[in-house]
Amino acid sequence: MSRPIRVLVAKPGLDGHDRGAKVIARALRDAGMEVIYTGLRQTPEMIVNAALQEDVQVIGLSILSGAHNAIVPRVMELLREKDMTDVKVVVGGIIPDEDAETLKRQGVAEVFQPGASLEGIVGFIKAAAGV
Amino acid sequence: MKTAERQFTTISGVPIEPVYGPEAVKGIELPAPGEFPYTRGIHHDMYRGKLWTMRQFSGFATPEETNRRYHYLLAQGQTGLSVAFDLPTLMGYDADHSMAEGEVGKCGVSISSLEDMEVLFRGIPLGDVTVSMTINSPAAVLWAMYLAVAEQQGADWARLSGTLQNDILKEYIAQKEYIFPPRPSMRLVTDTIEFGARHTPRFNPISISGYHIREAGSTAVQELAFTLRDGIEYVDWALERGLNVDEFAPRLSFFFNAHSDFFEEIAKYRAARKIWAYTMRDRYGAKSERSMKLRFHAQTAGCSLTWQQPYNNVVRTALQALSAVLGGAQSLHTNSLDEAYALPSEHAVTLALRTQQVLAYETGVAATPDPLGGSYFVEKLTVDTEAAANGYIRQIDEMGGMVPAIERGFPQSEIASASYRYQKEVEAGERVIVGVNRFQADDQPIDLLQIDESAARSQEKKLAALRARRDSARVQQALDRLRCAAEGTENTMPYLLDAVRSYATLGEICDALRGVFGTYQETTHL
Repeated sequence: MSRPIRVLVAKPGLDGHDRGAKVIARALRDAGMEVIYTGLRQTPEMIVNAALQEDVQVIGLSILSGAHNAIVPRVMELLREKDMTDVKVVVGGIIPDEDAETLKRQGVAEVFQPGASLEGIVGFIKAAAGV
Repeated sequence: MKTAERQFTTISGVPIEPVYGPEAVKGIELPAPGEFPYTRGIHHDMYRGKLWTMRQFSGFATPEETNRRYHYLLAQGQTGLSVAFDLPTLMGYDADHSMAEGEVGKCGVSISSLEDMEVLFRGIPLGDVTVSMTINSPAAVLWAMYLAVAEQQGADWARLSGTLQNDILKEYIAQKEYIFPPRPSMRLVTDTIEFGARHTPRFNPISISGYHIREAGSTAVQELAFTLRDGIEYVDWALERGLNVDEFAPRLSFFFNAHSDFFEEIAKYRAARKIWAYTMRDRYGAKSERSMKLRFHAQTAGCSLTWQQPYNNVVRTALQALSAVLGGAQSLHTNSLDEAYALPSEHAVTLALRTQQVLAYETGVAATPDPLGGSYFVEKLTVDTEAAANGYIRQIDEMGGMVPAIERGFPQSEIASASYRYQKEVEAGERVIVGVNRFQADDQPIDLLQIDESAARSQEKKLAALRARRDSARVQQALDRLRCAAEGTENTMPYLLDAVRSYATLGEICDALRGVFGTYQETTHL
């Protein structure tokens, strides 16, 4: 049997609205994954370091403040620098359609907008982690 | 599903009986509106005497752009202002700080110094217009800036009327925009309450807020209980400071969410007034009726708005606003249809304001106080909500108060569990959200307010010019004196006023306080 999927759920930026991040963390855990939640106000550097140390397959970023265009590209850049491009990045939050497309072109595996179902998110992460 | 198996509950999970009759209200006292314990409202004539204040929360990009929006809103018949600050401001960072990257002007207006505050209120007479400011951890600093602008305009502080949100406890509980640890933060709040009692008798130094607790996923009862218990905590700290209860209690104000479960919300507002009246009279021995009357602002539930089929949000908001009015709110914000996407466009915010005006002037609901008073269902829900909230309040009393309860993560984990339960109900289709898990259709695109990085660049430039222009020796001296006061027990407000008048920036002032108080990191309870 393969080891459980390990996911880092992270809240970058100054936004403190963590309802979504916490709900997702619980749902992933209930689906049998190992979830590490970073807590609030993490810089891209802190997030990528945590992902490295915790040896996760997936990083979930929760951003509701509109700062995604500044934060997500930096996370992707650091992953490339550290040769961690096998780690899948998913983003959830208030991300307009055109920004979602841009983020995906930069290597984000998926963007989950408001109303996305827990089932859909869990299913996507399982597939992305190759289970 | 067979009818017999179907559960009817409020959105918070409170069971609803098939029918309510006279036995449901047996023994319930119902004094008239304006009479203790004010369950039916704090005024005998309610909206016949004065309509609620229509106060749309607003702020984005630069102070210049937000100032233009304020002039527009006032011209449209809005009757008070409400300032939304951006995240760097809420977290006590200047617009040019590295942590502010990508966040300047996005969730509200960027204010880094007194100069920005002067621009924000240009052409708006602070002696006449009431202003509410949604700011918490650095509230004392922003309030000092506001008072300094009023002073420049020649407005008498004693005439200033408005509200500072300044409710730090709900930040630890729910919204998480905190800088300092709970105890020094409570000291700053108490400083503003004391300063307000002496110098700004018509200004509410705090708005004790359930709104964000509910948005974080709490039930209606949790919102009510945690908010009122926060209120008790502020009263305890002010008494400890040596104030007399009737000196400051009349200026404590409240802020509740207007969520989607219509009757549950009305019961919540009625129960809030009743619990607070008894608390102030019996727990604190307040003598002034004004100390016992719970006044509240309501805002419709942002978390109920959907990204899918955004025009449905107009309907949700109208019904939520109706519950706040039937529940006796003193002021109201109606959300705009596009707020699941972005800060509202001018078109959307105008429609939201018109919703309030239709309620006030066309529907007749403002013609008599507490029109649902005496309803078997509403009265029973009111007493049940009251009892459940009192249960939580006792539990937190037993923990030694709200600060210890927060330190052990009690309200935080109660809310996280409630929000997860709700999300699973939505997922299972037990809770219907129109357009999301039932009645889906293709979405119609809407025009959105766009905020680019030009606001950040403009704010950075202004800050650089300000730092070059001001008297640095005076700034340093003011910051040193503030640090000294913060280390001691004196009221920090006079020192904050000196610091802002010297054009010390928000970031510099908060850094001085961080040096003395330290910063707070929560232990997360999933």
